[in-house]
Amino acid sequence: MAVLQSKHNTLQVRIAGLRFEPQGWLGALRADALARLTAMGMPGRRDEYWRYTNPAGLIAVDVAAVSLFDPGDEPPPFDGIDRLKIVFVDGVFDAAQSDNFALEGVQVERLAVAEQADIHWATALYGVLESRGQTPVQRPLAALNSAFATDGVLVRVTGKPSKPISLIYQHNSKTSDVVLHHCIKVESGAEVTLLENGPAAARFSHVMEVDIADGGRLHHIRAQGRAHQRQAATHLFARIGNHAAFKSFTLTANGRLTRNEAVLELLGSDSVAHIAGAALGDGDFHHDDTVFITHAGARCESRQVFKKVLKNGATGVFQGKILVKQGAQKTDGYQISQALMLDGESQFLAKPELEIYADDVKCSHGSTSGAIDETALFYLRSRGVPRRAAQSLLVLAFLAEAITEIEDEAISEDIRQRLQSWLERHEH
Amino acid sequence: MLEINNLHVKLEDEDKVILRGVNLSIGAGEVHAIMGPNGSGKSTLSYVLSGRDGYAVTEGSAKLEGAELLEMEPEARAAAGLFLAFQYPVEIPGVGNMTFLRTAVNAQRKARGEVEISAGDFLKLVREKAKTLKIDAEMLKRPVNVGFSGGEKKRNEILQMAMLEPKMCILDETDSGLDVDAMKLVAEGVNALRGAGRSFLVITHYQRLLDHIKPDFVHIMAAGRIIKTGGPDLALEVENNGYAGLLGEGV
Ligand SMILES: Nc1ncnc2c1ncn2[C@@H]1O[C@H](COP(=O)(O)OP(=O)(O)O)[C@@H](O)[C@H]1O
Ligand SMILES: [Mg+2]
Repeated sequence: MAVLQSKHNTLQVRIAGLRFEPQGWLGALRADALARLTAMGMPGRRDEYWRYTNPAGLIAVDVAAVSLFDPGDEPPPFDGIDRLKIVFVDGVFDAAQSDNFALEGVQVERLAVAEQADIHWATALYGVLESRGQTPVQRPLAALNSAFATDGVLVRVTGKPSKPISLIYQHNSKTSDVVLHHCIKVESGAEVTLLENGPAAARFSHVMEVDIADGGRLHHIRAQGRAHQRQAATHLFARIGNHAAFKSFTLTANGRLTRNEAVLELLGSDSVAHIAGAALGDGDFHHDDTVFITHAGARCESRQVFKKVLKNGATGVFQGKILVKQGAQKTDGYQISQALMLDGESQFLAKPELEIYADDVKCSHGSTSGAIDETALFYLRSRGVPRRAAQSLLVLAFLAEAITEIEDEAISEDIRQRLQSWLERHEH
Repeated sequence: MLEINNLHVKLEDEDKVILRGVNLSIGAGEVHAIMGPNGSGKSTLSYVLSGRDGYAVTEGSAKLEGAELLEMEPEARAAAGLFLAFQYPVEIPGVGNMTFLRTAVNAQRKARGEVEISAGDFLKLVREKAKTLKIDAEMLKRPVNVGFSGGEKKRNEILQMAMLEPKMCILDETDSGLDVDAMKLVAEGVNALRGAGRSFLVITHYQRLLDHIKPDFVHIMAAGRIIKTGGPDLALEVENNGYAGLLGEGV
């Protein structure tokens, strides 16, 4: 009881200063989310789901001030890629830096604008997947986001837009505390690439709800900003129909605290859900990937590929679960989480889980953590490759399995370049 | 080319002494063979020359064209012209064979102050050399040595040697585990590189490789020392009589 009470106390303190302004079609959905949140309270250290990651920084009232990050001469992610840019600066939409939203095959609106209307297609999505994702484990930070989000985008994909939609999160305030909520609906047979990049804020709460209809495809590639002290709690909820595909890749370089949750539901049959991540941490870095994939339909394939490179006391966490429901026959589930420790001070905590109620399935999972292969390092050096370059080559090789999850060549090359530059900057 | 003087080596973390005063002088363009029983220190000699961790040199020197090898990083030794074809080539998952070769060629060029090879020229060169070693395009695309057969791994070593054009090549049991045809391919690869002042140190158990790669000198190594040196006939003697008689003489 005492524990529960403290969860409610922290919640009351946390939301006391937030503006709750239900209006239009979104009003009732925000109120529902607030009710869910009030029933749950804030996450606490004793919650099993927060065993490896201390949520304190994510639930504190005040945001720890961060120093702003100077990327130097590294171009921003996806710089060379033709895309529809939508820019938020510390969570505030920046029209001047953004492109016109008009693009064939897709309707894009801002949440803060659209919410004033009385009816909207997103009524069937906003908070709906988040709410479904509250069982079997509670995700109060996601409910908080649904209740209090100040902006975001509502994207309805009806065709195959000629270029990616690119959400850019700039960060100029040392204490910004930003809550953005996006809804993406991919209609039957439609296909889109969605890019996200930037640190967004000193503390960033992010929810993206994705609904993919039969035959739809979504490619999601994200580069979380390089700011060293930023904190982020992100949630990706996806519901996937028949013969559909959801593919998501996240690059995380730096960040004091990052919790990336993904809740993917394969509801139809013959679909795929791939989620991958490459995380690079040097020093004050805590990175947590928490994934829950449900196979409800038959003959679906899911892949979870998470790779972390850790040094100077950085911490990596992976909690990944595959749930195969009765009737999800011929499921092919693959899960791998690996950490490469560049020194002896870092740690990797992994909790892979399988829960299977169908009898004709193929599921594998593995988790390893280890150091650079010294024999391979010597082999490369004996061929004239300097030690640092050889080490970078081996680290990139370690990350390769995650990077190959990105289908688009130009985007995957952009990500590879970023990884390479990070390694060069963090050579010792 | 290579001057090894009174080289003493022990394991870094243990009190085990492996090399006990090796002396060897290899002139430019010469081919030397080292034979000797298992455990006599042949691989250790090749590792110490190329700079592998785990060994401590307690005495002696090894100079390549007058420069002290033992003080250089492994990559500097390679750039100076030393090459070791490994007894057990290493598998590197995730690194493509082509990327590996090109990175190595360019790293050495850079270290020597030369311009990098262009992607086009590199491709042409590697295809041409691979063809003579019967290494197909598929093998070039795969990760370094991953899933290669024993023979493929050894041919891949020779391909690297051909691409890097070293001055001093050490081949550590490149023939072991190869059938006769594969061994001939390897020998042809080596012979194609002979000349231009390039020197070879061929470590082998068997006379048969030396039928194809004709040595100028043959040395017998036992218990960390070179106990006998002779011409090609010495290899035949070992083939016919084993090491027993020689070992007796050396003590
Ligand atoms: N890294 C090592 N750790 C332990 N023992 C070693 C190591 N390297 C070599 N040795 C030992 O040194 C001796 C010589 O080995 P090696 O040089 O491989 O001989 P060869 O190549 O002639 O068969 C052997 O007794 C071997 O076990
Ligand atoms: Mg040996």
